[in-house]
Amino acid sequence: MVNFGGWEMPLEYSGILSEHEAVRTRAGLFDVSHMGEIEIRGPQALDLVEWVTCNRAAKLAVGQALYSGLMTERGTFLDDLLVHKISDTHYLLCVNASNQDRDFDHIVSQNKCEAEVENAGPRYSQLAIQGPRAKQILQPFTPVALDPIRYYHFVFGKVAGVACLIARTGYTGEDGFEIYFDPEFSDRLWNKLLQAGEPFGLIPCGLGARNTLRLEAGMCLYGHEIDETTTPFEAGLGWICKLDKGRFLGSASLVEQVQAGLRRQLAGFEMLDRRIGRDGYPVLIAGQQAGRVTSGGPAPFLKKNIGMAYVPPASSSVGAEVEIGVRGQAAPARLVALPFYKRPR
Amino acid sequence: MYPSDYRYTKDHEWIKVEGSTGTVGITDYAQHELGDVVFVELPRVGAQLKSGESFGTVESVKAVSEIFTPVSGEITEINSALVDSPEKLNLDPHGSAWLVKIRLSDPQEVAHLMDAAAYQAYIAAQAKEHSA
Repeated sequence: MVNFGGWEMPLEYSGILSEHEAVRTRAGLFDVSHMGEIEIRGPQALDLVEWVTCNRAAKLAVGQALYSGLMTERGTFLDDLLVHKISDTHYLLCVNASNQDRDFDHIVSQNKCEAEVENAGPRYSQLAIQGPRAKQILQPFTPVALDPIRYYHFVFGKVAGVACLIARTGYTGEDGFEIYFDPEFSDRLWNKLLQAGEPFGLIPCGLGARNTLRLEAGMCLYGHEIDETTTPFEAGLGWICKLDKGRFLGSASLVEQVQAGLRRQLAGFEMLDRRIGRDGYPVLIAGQQAGRVTSGGPAPFLKKNIGMAYVPPASSSVGAEVEIGVRGQAAPARLVALPFYKRPR
Repeated sequence: MYPSDYRYTKDHEWIKVEGSTGTVGITDYAQHELGDVVFVELPRVGAQLKSGESFGTVESVKAVSEIFTPVSGEITEINSALVDSPEKLNLDPHGSAWLVKIRLSDPQEVAHLMDAAAYQAYIAAQAKEHSA
C-alpha cells in the first residue's frame, strides 16, 4: 500500500506486469475513488467552466465529456481534468486527488459570476473497468445499452441496482468505462464486477499498472509531464487549448507564448539498449543536459523501455538520437512519436 | 523458505559459502518487495569489492535497487542468464537466480551476517514497521 494524496492505495495486486497485460488483452478493474469531483451549477455554470479551463466546454452536448486543463493566470496547469456536461446548468469536473482542495479553492476564487461550486469528492466513489472485454463484463449489470455510448460520452443508469454515472472514458489507452456512484456501494460494486469478470480474465489493478498503462498510451500525469510551470502547448496538448474561444484565465499568457515560440516541448523516447530511463533522469543532447525525464520506465506491452521528457523544440524531431543519463552513464535513446501505443480499433 | 546454510544481510542479500567461494543473491523478501524484475546489471568478473560495496543493480517495473556485497573479495563468476531473463529473480531468488560468485578475501566476515532465524525475525519486524 502507498499513500497517494491522502488515500491508502495498493500499488499492485498480482503484479504490475500481469495487471498491465490483463488490461491490454482482457480487462482490469481499478478503484479510482481517490479521484476528486467538483460540481458547478447554476445559469452561470458554463461561464465559470469556460473561464477557468482552456478547452471549449461550450461545444459539449449534454452527456458529453471533455479533457481539459484548469489554468493559472500564467496559462500553466493548476490541474488537468475531465469536464462532464450533465445539463446546461450543471457540470461535473473530475480532478486529481492531490489537487482537489486546491482546485476547489481556485475555482471559488475565480467565481465572479455567482455559479454554485461544490467540492463533491466525498459524495463519489469511482471504479474504472478497462480493457477490450470491459463492455462485455459490465453489460449484464445494467439496463443501459453500453455499446451506443460513444467514447467521451456518459449516461446515468443503474449498475447492479446502484445509481451511477457511466462514462466511456479511461486512463489506460483501452476501451472501457469509469463509473461514479455513492461510496456506500463501493464494496458491493467492486466485489460484483470482480467476480463476474473473473471468467473473462478480469483482475484487480493498482496504481502501478495505472501508471505503466497511461505512460504507454502517452498520456500526461499531473506532477510529471504537467504542473504549474508547464503550459498546454509545451505539453503537446495544444488541441485542448482553444485560444479562439474568447478570453479565459491564462489566455493572454498563452497567446504571448504562441507568438514568442516555445522554449521546450514534450517528446517521447525509447531506449536503444536494455537500460531504463526513469523519472528525473537527465536528457543529454550532443553531450549537454537538455532536459529531464518526466516519466520513464518499462512499457510492458510494447516490450521496450520508454519515457517522456521536455527538450528544446529544435531538437525534438522524431528520430533524433539523444542520451539518457542513467546513474552517471549516458544510455542511447531515440525520440519517437506519441503515443507509444494505440489500441487496435 | 530461507535456507539454513545461507547467511543474510540487512539489505536483503544472501550468501552461501562453500570453501573459499561465496554465492550471492537477493532474498525472497527482496524480490517480493521489488515486484516484477525487468533489468539486472552485474559487475565484471575480476572486480574487487569490499564488503558493503554496491556491485550491481536490480530494477523492477517500479523501482531501482542497488545490490551490496555481504563480503569482500573478487568476483569470479556472474549469472549472465539473468541479463536475458531478469524475471527469474522473481521465481527462484534463492536458487538458479543467484547473482554472482565471489572469492572471499576475509572468510571471518561471514560470521557477522545473520543466520536464517535472525533474518526471518528481522523481516518480520520490518513488515510490522511497514504496516504500522
